[in-house]
Amino acid sequence: MRALVRTAAAATALALLLTGCGGGGDGRPDGRIHLRFQSLAWQKESVDINKRLVKEWNASHPDVQVQYVQGSWDSVHDQLLTSFEGDEAPDVIHDASDDLADFAYGGYLADLRTLLPDRLSADIPRQSWQTTTFDGGVYGVPFLQEPRVLIANTRILKDSGVRIPTPEKPWSWPEFRRVTKELTGKGRYGIAWPLKEPVSVTLNLGLSAGGELFHRGADGKVTLAADRGDQVVPGTIHDQVNTDHSAARTALGMGGGDTLPGLFGGKYAMVPLGFSYRQQVVEQAPKGFEWTVLPAPAGSEGLAQGVSPQTLSVAEDSPHKKEAVEFIDFLLRPANMVRLAKGDWMLPTGTEALADPSLHTRDRGWATGAALAGALRSAPAQSVRGYPEWKDKVATPALQEYYSGAIDAAELKKRLVVDGNRVLARYQR
Amino acid sequence: MSPRTSGTTRAGQYAALLCYLVFLAFPFLWLISTAFKPAPELGSLHPTWIPEHPTLDNFRQAFDEQPLLRAAANSLIAALSAGVIAVVIATPMAYVMARHRSRLSTAATGWVVVSQAFPFVLLIIPLFLVLKQLHLINTLWGLIMVYVVWALPFALWMLVGYVRAVPRELEEAAAVDGAGRLRTLVSVTAPLLAPGIVATALFAFITAWNEFFFALVLLKTPEKQTLPVVLTHFLGAEGASDLGPLAAAAFLATLPSLVLFAVIQRRITGGMLAGAVKS
Repeated sequence: MRALVRTAAAATALALLLTGCGGGGDGRPDGRIHLRFQSLAWQKESVDINKRLVKEWNASHPDVQVQYVQGSWDSVHDQLLTSFEGDEAPDVIHDASDDLADFAYGGYLADLRTLLPDRLSADIPRQSWQTTTFDGGVYGVPFLQEPRVLIANTRILKDSGVRIPTPEKPWSWPEFRRVTKELTGKGRYGIAWPLKEPVSVTLNLGLSAGGELFHRGADGKVTLAADRGDQVVPGTIHDQVNTDHSAARTALGMGGGDTLPGLFGGKYAMVPLGFSYRQQVVEQAPKGFEWTVLPAPAGSEGLAQGVSPQTLSVAEDSPHKKEAVEFIDFLLRPANMVRLAKGDWMLPTGTEALADPSLHTRDRGWATGAALAGALRSAPAQSVRGYPEWKDKVATPALQEYYSGAIDAAELKKRLVVDGNRVLARYQR
Repeated sequence: MSPRTSGTTRAGQYAALLCYLVFLAFPFLWLISTAFKPAPELGSLHPTWIPEHPTLDNFRQAFDEQPLLRAAANSLIAALSAGVIAVVIATPMAYVMARHRSRLSTAATGWVVVSQAFPFVLLIIPLFLVLKQLHLINTLWGLIMVYVVWALPFALWMLVGYVRAVPRELEEAAAVDGAGRLRTLVSVTAPLLAPGIVATALFAFITAWNEFFFALVLLKTPEKQTLPVVLTHFLGAEGASDLGPLAAAAFLATLPSLVLFAVIQRRITGGMLAGAVKS
């Protein structure tokens, strides 16, 4: 035993000495400006492109050197919050717009309005800027976004003879319901809704039918109110599962990726997924599997749907805000934005980047996605304080019960609105 | 109890044990299976236990995309250090608390148990600020310190139980034979505590080896990151994941714990006290 302890102690001491695990020491008195850029890119292509862009910047800007820091989508909010509190936040921060509100209201992020170059301000459409605008300030640059699309088994669609929708002539929600019934057959469902996280899907797609749910009054306070438009999307899903049996009940508890084996195996004719899931389809689909990307159904508001774009922000405590924004501007030059978008299989927000011909090919559904870009709006609730609690405590269980058939539409409405308003009221006193 | 009843009972016990073992082993076996599957099999509607076309591509990709070896080395340093330091500090403390019972030691034991209930998120910001003052952010020393502090209460609690299990009569017999206090502790008590010390060190090691959140928050540069942090780089937003390489990397990440268990499990279960005291 003693020998074991001695060996372990000696090994530890040796390892510590060899690896020099002592102080990091960021102080580099070389007269240069050093920025830290925390990226959440995770797919190999995306990480490679981000690193390459940092390298290109460093090569052309010897006085402002950027260090690439790999972040993680898992726990990013808590990690950033701790870094902000400890004055250790990265200078340039990659995140999603729906995560920014707390940081923006908390004073942790720099208001970019006076720092952004005109080129970048003009290049990104107003509806995208809305996703990062809080209390009149702009706290991030939205640069990548993804609509929800229908990924479909081409062979099943063709064999069924249903009309194939296009962004110009999408399915309406009633037509979509009819089509899924037609696509349903022995051992096959017309659609599988992966609704492990049902709230954002329901709210974001609900915009197409005029569903707003969250209404901001003249006093700035937000209240919940459901009208007919709010019931179109949840009603369709509910009826597909419980009345038509054209949607797989087992898929309701799944995440997006979990439905892919069923799609590949012909168990589901279509699955609604984020645009970037195409990469997993390309990687995992069996040989010979034919698939296509269709636009989500349209309602009274056309193809409108909510998104929470990926963003780049600058820490309020960064001593080099101007240089940080210059770096962001470099990253988001149209050509670079196209590279970033392709690396993540998403759409760029920038108008010029979006016009790039390589994003309009029919291959792998790029053209369908690009055609939807103009209809993307700010996700309905992302700047509403109290939304996370409403989502977790009220909306998620209520929608899950509704979709499974445990409660009816009236009970759903009561819970989302009446119970929900009680939650929001606590945040808006 | 009749032999027939005994046999039935035993069969039931074995069945229950088998079910439990299958339940415990399932995630690990599935992880191994996934790690060796090519991408098309990962997306199969009818998954198989044994990969039809086993491949090492996931391992190649995992090593190609992330610095797994460096991260494993960092994890090993942090976990080994935490294990060793925790038992070095906890052992004498546990001895005092077990042998000299007082209101203070009872209160200390209670506090130790209560302290385990604090969530990470509650502690991380003050801890971050303290470590920053000590210039220990982004250092493995800082992380090791956190791991030791985090493991110490439970280690202490475990060791107190082990010390109490060592019969006082042995120490008294040593004293009668002329051994001094220190000699008794070193030559008589410590060897008998060995299984407890090993188990405690193992607990501290595994806690540190698997820990994610402190490492994520305290380590800034890629060179310092530990294995659990690097594993999350295979995960994207909204649960998307690079499943094959993730499984391969996660499988590799479980190996050190398994090897450690295999090497020292006899130490834990050896029953070194057997026959020490004639009752």
